[in-house]
Amino acid sequence: MRYLPHTDVDVQQMLDRIGVSEIDTLFSGIPEECRLKRPLDLNGAKSESETLIFLQELAEKNSPASSWDTFLGGGAYNHFIPAVIDHLISRSEFYTAYTPYQPEISQGTLQAIFEFQTLICQLTGMDVANASMYDGASACAEAVLLTVRAARKRKKVLLSQALPPQYRETVATYCRYLDIELADISLQDGVTNQADLQSLLDDQVAAVVVGYPNYFGQIEDLATIAELTHAAGARLVAAVPEPLALALFKSPGEAGADIVVGEGQSFGIPLSYGGPGIGFFAVRKKDMRVLPGRLVGETTDKDGKRGFVLTLATREQHIRREKATSNICSNQGMCILMVSIYLALHGKQGLRQLAEINYAKAAYAKEKIAQLDGFSVTFSGESFNEFVVTCPEPVAALKKRLEQQGLLAGISLGRDYSELEDGLLICVTEQNSRKQIDRLVHALAGGKG
Amino acid sequence: MDFPKDLKYTEEHEWVLVEDDIVTIGVTDFAQDQLGDIVFVELPEVGDTLEEGDTFGVVESVKAVSDVYAPVSGEVVEINEALPDEPEALNNSPYDEGWMIKMKLTDSGALADLMDVAAYQAFVEKD
Amino acid sequence: MMNTESRGLVLDENLLFEQSQPGRVGYSLTGLDVPSATPDSRLVREEITDFPELSEVDVVRHYTRLSTWNYGVDSGFYPLGSCTMKYNPKINEAVARLPGFAHIHPQTPEALNQGALELMYNLQQDLGEISGFPAITLQPAAGAQGEFAGMLMIRAWHEANGQKRHKVIIPDTAHGTNPASSALCGYDVITVASDGILSKEAVAAVMDDDVAALMVTNPNTLGLFEADIREICELVHQHGGLVYSDGANLNAMMGISRPGDIGIDVMHFNLHKTFSTPHGGGGPGSGPVGVVDKLIPFLPVPYVVREDNSYKLEYNCPQTIGRLKSFYGHFGILVRAYSYILSMGGEGLKRASELAVLNANYIRARLEGEYDLPNKQRSLHEVVFSEDALQNDCHTLDVAKRLIDYGYHPPTIYFPLVVHGALMIEPTETESKQTLDEFCDALLAIAEESKNNPELLKQAPVRAKVQRLDETAAARKPKLRWERV
Repeated sequence: MRYLPHTDVDVQQMLDRIGVSEIDTLFSGIPEECRLKRPLDLNGAKSESETLIFLQELAEKNSPASSWDTFLGGGAYNHFIPAVIDHLISRSEFYTAYTPYQPEISQGTLQAIFEFQTLICQLTGMDVANASMYDGASACAEAVLLTVRAARKRKKVLLSQALPPQYRETVATYCRYLDIELADISLQDGVTNQADLQSLLDDQVAAVVVGYPNYFGQIEDLATIAELTHAAGARLVAAVPEPLALALFKSPGEAGADIVVGEGQSFGIPLSYGGPGIGFFAVRKKDMRVLPGRLVGETTDKDGKRGFVLTLATREQHIRREKATSNICSNQGMCILMVSIYLALHGKQGLRQLAEINYAKAAYAKEKIAQLDGFSVTFSGESFNEFVVTCPEPVAALKKRLEQQGLLAGISLGRDYSELEDGLLICVTEQNSRKQIDRLVHALAGGKG
Repeated sequence: MDFPKDLKYTEEHEWVLVEDDIVTIGVTDFAQDQLGDIVFVELPEVGDTLEEGDTFGVVESVKAVSDVYAPVSGEVVEINEALPDEPEALNNSPYDEGWMIKMKLTDSGALADLMDVAAYQAFVEKD
Repeated sequence: MMNTESRGLVLDENLLFEQSQPGRVGYSLTGLDVPSATPDSRLVREEITDFPELSEVDVVRHYTRLSTWNYGVDSGFYPLGSCTMKYNPKINEAVARLPGFAHIHPQTPEALNQGALELMYNLQQDLGEISGFPAITLQPAAGAQGEFAGMLMIRAWHEANGQKRHKVIIPDTAHGTNPASSALCGYDVITVASDGILSKEAVAAVMDDDVAALMVTNPNTLGLFEADIREICELVHQHGGLVYSDGANLNAMMGISRPGDIGIDVMHFNLHKTFSTPHGGGGPGSGPVGVVDKLIPFLPVPYVVREDNSYKLEYNCPQTIGRLKSFYGHFGILVRAYSYILSMGGEGLKRASELAVLNANYIRARLEGEYDLPNKQRSLHEVVFSEDALQNDCHTLDVAKRLIDYGYHPPTIYFPLVVHGALMIEPTETESKQTLDEFCDALLAIAEESKNNPELLKQAPVRAKVQRLDETAAARKPKLRWERV
């Protein structure tokens, strides 16, 4: 086997040195009754070319975004990925390294994480960001836990129904056996119902969680929600499933959010069937010491030279064990690099321009579909990339009809929102040409080809 | 290692200075030495009421963390505001600039359970 | 003899923000082919202050230079105990980048992504065969999330049986994630001391009807197989509890012993350890979980099932613990792990475990004597020394830092906590005898230096990008982002 370097001579010399005659003796600490008495029932080893062919055949049974006109979003976004990213993350000094526990030989990873933390702070308008979480949904769940921990006696958390369903379900899983009460804030015209929020807020509420943009692509009035939330002494968590919106719309930090979490997949990470992505997590200074996850800080060595280290580790599981702020011990290292490289390439101007292009394309699609007989745009406010359309025919049938024309039209909302049984969530990005959008509009109207 | 004679001590390595019904509390020289460079101190708020044995604060070094317990019952009347910004005071001056909180006693009975300097020194050596 | 004289080109590299030049760009966007549109100006933000402005060349050079300050498995030997830093095969990277895997959207109709679902199904089956569990979830994003999922299932099972149990027993050798994951499920943690391995008596002393589960790592973090595991599992089961196994050390026993056969009820895998997927400077990992039959109703949703030769995502599980994250798991990592299993085959996996154990025992044989070995039992895939044989006030940290000067990544240090100044070495099977010999020569030379020239250890490393960094200052006045002065 090409990954196993031992020759027969090596093995013999090693056994001699250890002082046993066969490898099996080394396993004598495993009692007989704990042994597997047969070979593993797996296929035999494949050669490198066989492995490649076998997996290529599986890959060809799938439908990559490049081979379809796709308008799917819903928490995973089809954006262009510059070639630079894969080139740089393929440097094995990055991808074959471990968590940077030994800072003297991990300055590359550590500086990259420090820069990532800074980029996330700038984008979200916050003071401190950690070195990432698994994804947006689990980051959102950890944010909820933080607010309850920090508020001490408050045990209630209000979740906007417009928060992505996957985020809401993940929050519920994380809170399942903790003493936390979750309550829903209803919808009004595709955004969080402020009157309902006001009526639910009391001195037991630790946090209010809203999507920005929310699941329907709508831009919430975060500033007003922040005011209401703070008046009740609670924290506002803004969860951002599509962070490109933050290059165009006011940052959650500016609007008054206390915690900003989200999913960074939009920034240079392949769709990869929904994972891995990356969760980002940013807070105000006051919550710095109750953050979950890794943190990198700047310091100096004894010659006064700048360097970076993992810091504030006493929050974490390897020191505080059952009292830790979280059980997490990874960061999404490779995805940190993808996001940082993407943001560094696009920079101040490029990211804004790209957001404007996405906004304009979606606005064009929205306007064209609104003009179709029987179709309407469901909600009235501003949206980014995604918007909901009310359809004149059953959504499942409509999607199937378009699928036969090579179009993945969007996501049905009926499963998660019974009142939106005829709603279709359509996502338009810079990857969708005007021609594709026109084709979608034509096909929705009943046209063929 | 410094063990001032006018103080009382606990098995959790806190020192207690008793002045009428006001007690001042900090961690001992031995405790700070065990923890190493202290990087963070968390204190309660003035007005908090503590029962004997309650956790009232946290002391952290780079790689260790330690809760600090109230040796007596009472109300927090003053905290060392400078400490969160200058945690190194706990290392450099544990009995003076490194004091943590002052409490007004509600029950002086618990004071009798505290160790005097000789008992604490013996306790540390045994530990 | 070791060469400690050579050193690489070490250049300084400013932060992205410090290199930024107004007006410089590193992108080219396709022009707008629809009418331009702008949102309500009251909602629009100002430009992002101090966001970088760099050319493509700037960015490429920046990250290329950063990479040269890192040390990966491809740079050299990486004996980080408990982390299984084996070689990351390149074919895995290539197949994960196939467009049919890398660019498929998770909301695509299942019928259009049958290849992805088939891959996941096959991987579930293979992991089940390797571990002896009838069902596997691939959803957990990392080992710690796998632990969380497993403990949630244990609690859900107890509650479905009308039991409110509050306690989880964890040996003192456990990873910190074990107690942290238990606490996330609302459990109180009972720590038990183990003398190398966990004894049935130690468990019996704390076992009662309020204990939901015992969490063990097997082989444990000392590299020792828990020899009494069958009896311990029986004992826990007799009291109505379940046994969770942390699968961090599965690399010692593939094809040799299966947790599902010996009484374990739940176990997580670390695909980034045992199944060769890259650690990536901290992630992304992947932490699938295997369970026994009675826990299947509680698996997170969705998972993949086969029906009439096609594959689908199963959501209809009324007793599920719910979902742990968006979508279906770290699919890109699953592809790499499956590629590894295909390349190794059943026999190859067993051989990998055998050679991992051979390598660790060889290092043990070469260093025992010069380095103190507190636990003398037959150890498997890793070996843990203490600092007690070091001289002249040299400590484990000093040995670790000195190894950097010899060109190695240090082992795991100060873990497990039960060993004084632990130096935990896990070589893995992908290292040759020659590599191990050179590494052992280095450690023996360092032991010699600690006797004759301890300053070499105290000052180390002197050949890295930076010398020892001031971690106290970093924690006292945290500076966690760049800001314009």
